[in-house]
Amino acid sequence: MDELPIRSGDDVVRVRQQVRTTAAENGLSLVDQTKLVTAASELARNTLVHGGGGTARVEVVKSPTGRTGVKLRFTDEGPGIADIGLALTDGWSSGTGLGLGLSGSRRLVDEFELSSQPGAGTSVVVVKWSR
Amino acid sequence: MDQVPILKIGQTLFVSIQIDLQDDSVIRLQEDLAEELTATGARGVIIDITGVEIVDSFIGRMLSTIGSISRLFDAETVIVGMRPAVAITLTELGLSLNGVRTALNAEKGLEILNGKSRLNG
Repeated sequence: MDELPIRSGDDVVRVRQQVRTTAAENGLSLVDQTKLVTAASELARNTLVHGGGGTARVEVVKSPTGRTGVKLRFTDEGPGIADIGLALTDGWSSGTGLGLGLSGSRRLVDEFELSSQPGAGTSVVVVKWSR
Repeated sequence: MDQVPILKIGQTLFVSIQIDLQDDSVIRLQEDLAEELTATGARGVIIDITGVEIVDSFIGRMLSTIGSISRLFDAETVIVGMRPAVAITLTELGLSLNGVRTALNAEKGLEILNGKSRLNG
């Protein structure tokens, strides 16, 4: 398990590279690797831009049926999200983006869990399973 | 921050992205291209993304913006060499590259641009 800091644009690139390596080593197809890395890029940018920086954790997990997956956890201690349902809507944006970061990355992964409270930061956990 | 080089070949600016794109590098490329377009009066821009492993919403938006900026200088932008996995992911992400054309490779991209100049010329 690796925990990486997200404090700059370079860190976002490093997170992408770590996710790519882990996904490739654990049998995800090229398309699934690309989807997971793209989701990681969106979520790492959110952590940096909206959360004021934080961390990404990359780990390999096993399902009860024996499938291998890659699990990512992005955590920040930023302002948090007041309305999670709204934040997950296509096209909704807090300002600078296209509003596809959260909703789009949810479509790219198999499991997606967002927890946040105003003033208490945000944490997003995603899993992509090998086929 | 890495800089992406811009080559001028005839009336076309050619950009081949070979690095793992950081947000600042994409913004820099956008500015550099606008400068080059005014300096050279080029009529077309080809952006080769063969070496790009992912296009997320930020990079996608920047590519669209480059297309819109180029149009203000009467130049057309063609994105070439998108990897199949990137195309599948972009579609699922819900992103459409407005303002730019796409072509399979640089040769087909040039054909599009040359067709345009014949039409206008």
